[in-house]
Amino acid sequence: MNLTLKVWRQPNSETKGKIETYKIKDVSPDMSFLEMMDVLNEQLMSEEIDPIAFDHDCREGICGMCSMFINGEAHGPDRLVTTCQLHMRKFKDGDTITIEPFRAKAFPVIKDLAVDRSAFDRIQQAGGFVSINTSGNTQDANAIPIDKHDADKAFDSATCIGCGACVATCKNASAMLFVSAKVSQYALLPQGKVEATDRVLNMVNQMDEEGFGNCTNTGACEVECPKGISLENIARMNREYLFASLKG
Amino acid sequence: MSLTASSIGRKVAMALSGIFLVLFLTQHFSINLLSVFSESLFNQVSHFMGNNPIVQFILQPILIFGVLFHFVMGFVLELQNSKSRSTSYSVYKGKTNASWMSRNMILSGIVILSFLGLHFYDFWVPEMNYKYVQVLPLDQNRYFEELVHKFESPVRVMIYAFSFIFLSLHLLHGFASSFQSVGLNNKYTKSIKSFATAFSIIVPVGFVFIAVFHHINKF
Repeated sequence: MNLTLKVWRQPNSETKGKIETYKIKDVSPDMSFLEMMDVLNEQLMSEEIDPIAFDHDCREGICGMCSMFINGEAHGPDRLVTTCQLHMRKFKDGDTITIEPFRAKAFPVIKDLAVDRSAFDRIQQAGGFVSINTSGNTQDANAIPIDKHDADKAFDSATCIGCGACVATCKNASAMLFVSAKVSQYALLPQGKVEATDRVLNMVNQMDEEGFGNCTNTGACEVECPKGISLENIARMNREYLFASLKG
Repeated sequence: MSLTASSIGRKVAMALSGIFLVLFLTQHFSINLLSVFSESLFNQVSHFMGNNPIVQFILQPILIFGVLFHFVMGFVLELQNSKSRSTSYSVYKGKTNASWMSRNMILSGIVILSFLGLHFYDFWVPEMNYKYVQVLPLDQNRYFEELVHKFESPVRVMIYAFSFIFLSLHLLHGFASSFQSVGLNNKYTKSIKSFATAFSIIVPVGFVFIAVFHHINKF
């Protein structure tokens, strides 16, 4: 496959970026998208051009590091996959592919396609945890009976890898799907109920302070989420937040 | 952060004011529909709504506040959301993952707001002038004639029809969405969405039907 790539190039967070066009030849349809980017970078380095910076780590859809906005969609045209799981067979010979970073005020560009998603870390630090006694007398989690339905829902919420596709996709750059998944995974379990009030208040406050937009229920985040996190989580977080606010 | 200052608080406020406006729309439609079946009944109900002190001095101000709140909050949220992404995407396929209605609520909202301006000019301002400025004698039989008179103009009927298409588009996303905003997403969601979709089509189409009915009947 021969492709034309239009890639966002930005030397650093202070400098304005622009789209650069590159041609790449003999791309195998069996390559992953990131492997294609590796080949492009080798080509650029041989031409003494600065290689394109992009985030990646596990390359098997678990870590949530890869973050490209490909042809107008987070993680590209495929569904329920991250960029590293996207294969070049999803494209056709002669295609032009536009690759941009995840864009949001709360996700500033570090360089090229790499963005700073530490806003998510700060939201997690605000309440996305369960405090436990680590003195050696910790209760075995399996000793607490949990309804199978709730356990499954909590697990589904916990599959969020925090990649930020929801923010990148949302027309308002809202982080509600991410935050709601993190709130839900604890809210559904008995271990999480102890700190439920503070958790949802603190996490939502941190989300607002980071400058994410407001959710308008377009549902785009759910469609583009590589882990299929449901909008049901956002409704649950809204309920949790309302009750927590009234409770104080 | 207080509830009203938070993103979720604002979202819930938008949803609740929206549900309130849907309830108002339902009663407005029900009364207007009477004009198709019975001139005298329409006049009686309109006279009651126009002269009952609870409706006039309690419910009407609440309604005006609800309308203003929904629109002002809508614009405030739109402004905030536009600031949440400083650089736009050069390629953005919004239609692949979200409906046109959900992505253009501000546009449909502006059309509805413009229509409300015309609607107030057509009905509300003359009514206020009749009752509270000129203080003309109560006439229980004037309402039907006033309504029919307004729909004599084909241009006005077309403007009404155009506006109600946008009201329908606005409701198609907003009505069902308001239940999600207040935290309702469960086994009843599918039924709520079906009801909201039916309401969002039937009520605006019904309003247009009433306008066209009186326009045709006049000749």
